[in-house]
Amino acid sequence: MTDTHTKPASSQGTQGPFEPTLVAFVCNWCTYAGADLAGTSRLKYAANIRIIKLPCTGRIDPLLVLKAFESGADGVLVSGCHPGDCHYTSGNFHARRRWAIFHRLLELTGIDSSRLHFSWVSAAEGQKFADLVNDVVAKVRQAGPFDAVNPARRRS
Amino acid sequence: MSRVGVFICHCGENIARTVDVVAVAAAAARMPGVVHSVEYKYMCSDPGQQLVKNAIAEHKLTGVVVAACSPRMHESTFRRAAAEAGLNPYLLEMSNVREHCSWVHEDKALATEKAVDLVRVMVEKVRRNRALKPISISVEPTALVVGGGIAGIQAALDIANGGKKVILVERELSIGGHMARLSETFPTLDCSQCIMTPRMVEVASHPNITLMTWSEVESVSGFLGNFDVTIRRKARYVDLAKCTGCGECWNKCPAKKIPSEFDAGIGNRTAIYVPSPQAVPNKPGIDAKNCIMLTKGKCGACAKVCPRQAIDFKDVDKFETVKVGAIVLATGFELWDHSAYGEYGAGRLKDVIDGFAFERLASASGPTSGQILRPSDHTEPKTVVFIQCCGSRDTKMGMPYCSKICCMYTAKHAMLYAHKVHDGQAVVFYMDIRAAGKGYDEFVRRAIEADGARYVRGRISRVYRRADGKLIVRGADTLAGTPVTIEADMVVLADAVVARKDSRALAQKLGVSYDAYGFFSEAHPKLRPVETAVAGVYLAGACQAPKDIPDAVSQASASASKVLALFSKPKLDREPIIARVNRNNCDHCRACINTCPYKAISDLEIKDRNGKVVRVVADVNEGLCQGCGTCVAVCRSRSIDLDGFTDEQVFAELAALESQTK
Repeated sequence: MTDTHTKPASSQGTQGPFEPTLVAFVCNWCTYAGADLAGTSRLKYAANIRIIKLPCTGRIDPLLVLKAFESGADGVLVSGCHPGDCHYTSGNFHARRRWAIFHRLLELTGIDSSRLHFSWVSAAEGQKFADLVNDVVAKVRQAGPFDAVNPARRRS
Repeated sequence: MSRVGVFICHCGENIARTVDVVAVAAAAARMPGVVHSVEYKYMCSDPGQQLVKNAIAEHKLTGVVVAACSPRMHESTFRRAAAEAGLNPYLLEMSNVREHCSWVHEDKALATEKAVDLVRVMVEKVRRNRALKPISISVEPTALVVGGGIAGIQAALDIANGGKKVILVERELSIGGHMARLSETFPTLDCSQCIMTPRMVEVASHPNITLMTWSEVESVSGFLGNFDVTIRRKARYVDLAKCTGCGECWNKCPAKKIPSEFDAGIGNRTAIYVPSPQAVPNKPGIDAKNCIMLTKGKCGACAKVCPRQAIDFKDVDKFETVKVGAIVLATGFELWDHSAYGEYGAGRLKDVIDGFAFERLASASGPTSGQILRPSDHTEPKTVVFIQCCGSRDTKMGMPYCSKICCMYTAKHAMLYAHKVHDGQAVVFYMDIRAAGKGYDEFVRRAIEADGARYVRGRISRVYRRADGKLIVRGADTLAGTPVTIEADMVVLADAVVARKDSRALAQKLGVSYDAYGFFSEAHPKLRPVETAVAGVYLAGACQAPKDIPDAVSQASASASKVLALFSKPKLDREPIIARVNRNNCDHCRACINTCPYKAISDLEIKDRNGKVVRVVADVNEGLCQGCGTCVAVCRSRSIDLDGFTDEQVFAELAALESQTK
């Protein structure tokens, strides 16, 4: 339950293990509140994550995910309300459908699908949020730094 | 040119312990567009807010970022402060550096770096924020109450006494619901009719209440403050305006052997009937399934004797649409059908009855005039076995929950039985006695100690009828660890309280969520127990969960106070986070129209000066749009955007991360 790394992400120029940057698109009603709960419960997770709040996962245009990669993210996490719990009744279903297709498109372009993660975290699941962040950070660390110019290139 | 002010809060030590707030303030000062950056110990305190207000005036700020706790905590606080300083509140954003940073990380360098990133993201966003105005929507100050049981009656009376109009819709011929069927009520044993009927009469005579009996909600559209509800006025075959309730018709009706629903099958009724002598309105309706005229085409005895010609066999269902600002759901519950329990006779044993049947036997206005007589041979039962938790807390039957009221009403039944049959013995089989409530446990003790009810902890394995008419009840006494056999004359089952069969259909009409059992879900189990997730729709009574009378009444009054608060202003403000269409760019592919979960987007015809339609584009209804942004993500021509979360803003947030990461 401690930070899984010790080096700041910006110190990549220096020697040290690779630390990925993770961008998370979360909905305002469930996952953002779940992340708040992780905070109020003082659960510890990797500091690599940067949360971008949106009203609903239905708002997430695949272009936002691509833009996140282009902006230097090594991994992207999308998380919203559980199926059936969407504050806007069905936005998360749209997000799920979009993800199912977009995920395959990413693979086609050579982007390692382990860089894009999709999850449901409710406002009551602070622990799940903390575990999820640590898990995704570990997977993206495994995938290595993302190269926007040649996304298919893997770390040698 | 944007002039952004950044305010970093220490939150005492909560943020400052893990985040170097001075470093964050220094970093923020160097960000593009930032003209002012300070840190302070408690930004949400009065002096902290004053700091923000003064800076807005002094530095002519066009945007503010407060890096502190979660916006769920204090966004409204700081936006109010900004508004007081003359800045549009939607030009203020919060960076969550407490819940999302200082509280979840331990390394100060990393947490500080992240806090700087979070501030930069919000600075870039706020530079692109637009001044927004809250959307004002009108409120129709009339409430719809669905269900005329005690909860619905209480809600209707409270709202009506608050001076607002109420439409009360009841599916049966009379209001009163289940409470009107009860004999006496726990824990005071006051007569249910005596406390209920005055309220029923008050509803019928209240100038602010429009009562629609024998009616159901057909469809609902619209939103908070402006619901359009279509009500089905079922064919009653009796003109209420002409009918005086004289009773000639039901005295003459030849179809006399129909089991009365009100009397739980203990008594009979006619085809044209009033459910009970205390019905409100005390005017009959015809049960079309059992009426000889309506099924076979001949009879008409009631029409012949009616002195007012109030009977119309050609009556049909009519539909009425009403406009209301709020809806209270008070549709109540039903008792579970115990015929699923083969061991209790599968519903075939006449003398195995449910709680409502016992209520009707014990009721002075019931079919036996209050005498306890068993249904099969109308003799007085000398031994009555009461079985609690019939279906409740039984996972196999799909009801793992406790029905809450049965422990109490069974104790009441045992007491009423002891008061009426002095040489009788009541035996109660229970799993646990749950008598939490004011005067409740004392009441159960009284049933045991003063009225001699024999309480046996244990379950029943079988109830069957012996040739001489005795019911043999076999079970186990789990405290003594012995098998028990009792020769009973009557068995009363405390059937589980379940949601009404059509509760899910009604919930779907309104968009209200419901739990696995069909009970309506509240917006928050603790802090918003009477609201639903649909704004303007409230809950009262056992449609939400099993409840006793005081709980149902309390919740009904709570709902009524919510409705009255809503109606206290003619206009409502709501968040202006809604979608907007760029009409010049929209090519009318209809993707957004098909996607919108609120049907808030529709076609807009753009006409030339001759009235000829030149283009059709998408158009967002401000009142209906809830701001989810699903339309934005599906728009192929990028012609629709969401205020507060525009593409430009989100792209800028991402770009703000880029400048640091690589």
